[in-house]
Amino acid sequence: MSGGLYVHALDMAVGALLLAGVLALWRRDLAAIVRLFAVQGAALAALVAVLGLHEGHAATVALAAGILVLRAAVLPLMLRRAMLAGGAFRETEPLVNVASSLVAAALLALLSFAVTRPVVELAPSPATRAVPVALTVVLLGFFVLVTRRRALSQVAGFLMMDNGITAVAFLTTTGVPFIVELGMSLDVLLAVLVLQILTSRIRDVFGDSDLDDLRELHD
Amino acid sequence: MMTTILLTAPVAVPVLAACGYAALGWRRGTAWLAPAAAAGVLAAAVCLAVLAADRPRTGLGGLLRADALTALMLLVIGAVALPAMLASPSYLAAERAAGRATPADARRYGVLTQGFIASMALAVLASSLGVLWVAVEATTIVTAFLVGHRRTRNAVEAAWKYVVICSAGIALALLGIVLLHFAARHAHVPSSGALDWARLTAHAASLDPDVTRIAVALLILGFGAKAGLAPLHAWLPDAHGQAPAPVSALMSGVLLSVALYAVLRVKVIADVALGAGFARTLLLIVALASVAVAAALLLAQRDLKRMLAYSSIEHMGLLALGTAIGTRLAMAAVLLHILGHGLAKAVSFLAAGRVQQSLGTSRIDAVRALGGRAPVLSFFLGAGLLALLGFPPFTLFATEVAMVRAGFATGLGWAVTAALVLTLVVMAAVSARMAGMLLGSRPDAPGAAALPATGSAATGLRPPRVLTAAMGAGLAACALIGVTAWPLRPLLDAATDIVTGVSG
Repeated sequence: MSGGLYVHALDMAVGALLLAGVLALWRRDLAAIVRLFAVQGAALAALVAVLGLHEGHAATVALAAGILVLRAAVLPLMLRRAMLAGGAFRETEPLVNVASSLVAAALLALLSFAVTRPVVELAPSPATRAVPVALTVVLLGFFVLVTRRRALSQVAGFLMMDNGITAVAFLTTTGVPFIVELGMSLDVLLAVLVLQILTSRIRDVFGDSDLDDLRELHD
Repeated sequence: MMTTILLTAPVAVPVLAACGYAALGWRRGTAWLAPAAAAGVLAAAVCLAVLAADRPRTGLGGLLRADALTALMLLVIGAVALPAMLASPSYLAAERAAGRATPADARRYGVLTQGFIASMALAVLASSLGVLWVAVEATTIVTAFLVGHRRTRNAVEAAWKYVVICSAGIALALLGIVLLHFAARHAHVPSSGALDWARLTAHAASLDPDVTRIAVALLILGFGAKAGLAPLHAWLPDAHGQAPAPVSALMSGVLLSVALYAVLRVKVIADVALGAGFARTLLLIVALASVAVAAALLLAQRDLKRMLAYSSIEHMGLLALGTAIGTRLAMAAVLLHILGHGLAKAVSFLAAGRVQQSLGTSRIDAVRALGGRAPVLSFFLGAGLLALLGFPPFTLFATEVAMVRAGFATGLGWAVTAALVLTLVVMAAVSARMAGMLLGSRPDAPGAAALPATGSAATGLRPPRVLTAAMGAGLAACALIGVTAWPLRPLLDAATDIVTGVSG
């Protein structure tokens, strides 16, 4: 892949990754959040594919296909099933309102640019210059996890964090060793399965998946 | 060949036992498979301790690696898993009798506890930081269902918080691993071994300090969440309070230490790459915050199992403090403290679980005058709590004294003094509750009448012989190691060399 095209494609993919994260912060419709998560998964797969094509790694391109299947199809489908079974389609009033969330997103972006300066300085390249954006996605996911009250939104936040971390891994060193990547994907898949089962149990015993009801254990 | 078998046994034996439970279910014939597997792990740990005390051994194409530190952690896993698994048949029998568990629940319990032990063994045996991470995250997934075992509102709430907070925390550690991998690749560590502990330690001096600093902070915060250290400790009292007692014993006694083991290894790398100051400052902050949180919340604690859980946060804080001090004496004390805490916490949780099962509640004010009604159980509960409070002759007394001495010798006297004051608060809070539970008048006093004193309660308060033996052995080991660390001496010396960075 030629230099100019590579940088453009890379920036497009990273931009889509970030945009999906910000939009997820904006929307309160759970179905939209799940769709945005699928879009983000596709953007991540595209990012990995671009990096693989640029470096001429066939294995990385194959990994991109795996990521596409897992994060743009399997995980969103699981979330969708949990949502349909849960019968709750909208986020209740989140702890932080939408306008403040978007301001917080801007601040988180500034923070990640400040924090990742050493990473860019160690090896300046188009890929490492995108690391701050990927870290912003991690922080946005964490923000969703902390401020949303629906069980499903929390799971989506956790998964966005994970998308961001995977993006950082590929942008810095075209990925971690294969066995680690495999174990990571398996762990994420299982964690979502566990959370899906717990979501249905929460509904069984609490009658709703609003996590504000989860306040019986305290000191 | 022999080495490979010994290295794989601590993972393979529990996995086989888990398969056995999946195929056959938990019944009279298979109930003793769990303790047998735990005994197998302990035996393999002892062999590895002898084998790996002088030099590290690798196996399975370099995937598994055992040095003295690994062997010591495996000993802790085996030594806590054995009493916990010995207690499991009687625990499940009582749950079945009370109608709280079906045969399917018992089968799931068998499979998951064995998977839990296997993934902890894999975490300490892994030669690579990446595989360690995968194994630690696997423990979260496996134990989530054990925490939510009873399917009550409280259990489901605890399981949800546990999975969400621990997974998010451990995701931070993953980000740290990614950045450390980046720094290692730029320090010309070959790709295949860029996350290998031994390689990372050997190349630590050439890691880029600025990137490594971010990575180390994330790793300590992330694995600290799993170790129950502040600020991400909120899941711990809920999860340890709701899990079945033998699982609580494993989670409190070993799982926290396995996460701390990762911090110990990271600190060795951080000290070389960044100098001793960075990791020390970070650890001092989380250590004092953890002990302070534990002391504050123990003051008004009303639940027996939550009390033990907060005591775990306190001890993890003390371990982080010892790690921050970081001298030879302090690190030897930390390693011995891990073992002593595991044993004492296991005994306390098993006794507390029995009390909870026979009285139907773990509220402290519902437990009155236990000493007269259940002398054996009271003895173990009392002795376990005294051991946790740091009374001699138990291990924790010796190790806490050593940490204090090391702290004053390195000019961290202020931190040690603060921790001591907070520990004193803990001691006052716990002993007041302990006196209330164990001593006092017979339960015909007003207030105690609310006790669901059914016929089974009286027999349930007398622990079965196997449980008594398991708790007795745990307590005896804790006391023996406190009086003389002799059988562990060579292993402890070698492991201290590793965590102080003297040998890789």
